[in-house]
Amino acid sequence: MLLDSFLMRAALAGVGVALAAGLLGCFVVWRRMAYFGDATAHASILGIALSLAFGTPVTLGILLVAGAMALLVFALTERGHAVDTALGVLAHGALGVGLFAVALTPGPRVNLEAFLFGDVLTVGRGDLALIWGGAAVVAFLVWRNWPLLLTSTLSPDLARAGGMDPSRGTLLLSLLLAGVVAVAIQVVGALLVTALLIIPAAAARTLARTPEGMALAACGIGVLASLGGLGLAVAADSGVGPATVTVAAGAFAILTAARRVRQG
Amino acid sequence: MALIAAEHLDVRHGRTQVLHDVSVRIDGGEIVTLVGPNGSGKSTLLRCLIGAQRPTKGRILKAAGLRIGYVPQKLHIDPTLPLTVRRFLDLPTRVGTAEAEAALDEAGAGHVMGRQMADLSGGQFQRVLLARAILSRPDILMLDEPTQGLDQPGSAAFYQSLEEIRARLGCAILMVSHDLHVVMSASDRVVCLNGHVCCEGHPAMVSAAPAYRELFGTGTRGALALYRHDHDHADHAAHHHHHHGEEA
Repeated sequence: MLLDSFLMRAALAGVGVALAAGLLGCFVVWRRMAYFGDATAHASILGIALSLAFGTPVTLGILLVAGAMALLVFALTERGHAVDTALGVLAHGALGVGLFAVALTPGPRVNLEAFLFGDVLTVGRGDLALIWGGAAVVAFLVWRNWPLLLTSTLSPDLARAGGMDPSRGTLLLSLLLAGVVAVAIQVVGALLVTALLIIPAAAARTLARTPEGMALAACGIGVLASLGGLGLAVAADSGVGPATVTVAAGAFAILTAARRVRQG
Repeated sequence: MALIAAEHLDVRHGRTQVLHDVSVRIDGGEIVTLVGPNGSGKSTLLRCLIGAQRPTKGRILKAAGLRIGYVPQKLHIDPTLPLTVRRFLDLPTRVGTAEAEAALDEAGAGHVMGRQMADLSGGQFQRVLLARAILSRPDILMLDEPTQGLDQPGSAAFYQSLEEIRARLGCAILMVSHDLHVVMSASDRVVCLNGHVCCEGHPAMVSAAPAYRELFGTGTRGALALYRHDHDHADHAAHHHHHHGEEA
C-alpha cells in the first residue's frame, strides 16, 4: 500500500504543508508579518510543555497555545500598540518558559529536537489527514475571503470605504496562520517554520505579475522545496526540515539572480 | 436629504484633541471642499466619514445603501505585492474589462491597464485611484488631497476630470485640498476646518470671513497677495455658476 511507505507519507505531508504555507506566506510577506510566524512557533513549545503536563495530545496543545498567541498578537496590533517589543517579549518569553517547563515535566525525557527541527519521517496516517484537511480548510477560507483579504492588505481604509471590515480579515489570517504553524511544526520544526512561510513567497515574487500568480507560484515553489528537501535529506542522511529550507533558499537565490540578469 | 452627515464629532488621539464638535453634511450632487492648515483634522474627518476612524463622541449618519468612492491621500503598495492596474481595479469587487477601460478613460488615466501599479507616475497613479473609486458607481466621491505631488497643469486637469465625472455620474464630491484657487472656483461649498469648523459656506463668503483670513492670511504676505488675486477671479466664476443655477 502506498501510504505504508514512510517516505511516501513524508512526501505527502510536506506537499500538504507547503501548499497551505505558500498561500498564507504571501500574506505574511505582503503584510510584513514575519514576526507572527516566529511568535506562534515559539509559543507552541509552551503548548508542548502544557500537553505533557496535562497528558493531552501534543498537537491539540500546540494548536491551542498558538491560537491564543495569535489572538493576543491580533489584539495588540488592533490597538495600534508599537508591537515590536511586546512581541519579542511574548515570543521569546513563551519559548523560554516552554523549554523550562518541558525540562521540569516528570516521566520519560521528551525529544525536543523533533519539535525544534521537525520529524516528518514519523508522520502517521492521522497526521496526514490533519495536514490535508487543514490545508483544504485554509484554501477554502482564503478563496472565499480573497477580496476582503487582498483589499485590507493593500489598505484598510479602502476596505472600510468599500463596506468591508479589515479587522475581520486580519483576525482570519491570524487564526489560519496559527493553525498552519502548529501543523507545520511537525514537518519543518519550530525554528524553521517561518522560513517555510516566507521563502517560497519571496521567491515567487520574482515570477509574478498579479497577487494570484504569486500565490500559485509560492505554492509551486513550496512543493518543489519539500519534495527536493526530502530527496536531499535521504541522499545526504540529514534532517528533512533543514534540507527543505535549504532547497527553498536555493530556489530564492537562483530566481532572484535570474531576475537581475533579465532586467539587466 | 443629506447623503452623509457628521454630528458633533470629537476625535482624540491619545491626549491630543484632533476634532472638536464638528458637524458637516453633504447633499446629493454638490462639491464640498475641506480646507485648513496642516494638522487641522481634515484627513481625520474624512476617515471618520468612511468609517475608518471611530469618533470619540458624536455620530455619522449615512443614507441607506450609500456607496462611497474613496481616493486616499497616498497608497503605499508594498514592493513585495505584484499588482497590475487591471487587477487593482478589481478591488474590492471584480469588474468587466470594458467597464474597467471606460473608468480609466473617464479618469483620464490613458492606456495603463497592463502596467504594474508600482511603475506608474504620480499623476497616472492618482488617476488610477480615481478610476477605481468611480467603478463602484458611488453616490459620493471622497478625495484626500488628490493632487498632492502633481504640478499646476496636472492638478488643473485632474479637477477638470472631477467636474466631468460629477456631471456624468451625478455624484457628490467631498475633497480635502490645499489648492486654494482651485477650491474657490471648483467648489459649491467650502468648509474651513481647524480642529473645529471655523466657517463654511459659498466660496466667496468663506474667503471673506475673518476666521478664514486669519487662518490663511497671516505671516505670508506674498502668498496672501497671490491668493487674493486668484480668488478675485474665482469669485466671478462662482457667481456665474450661481446665475446659471437660478436660471435653470
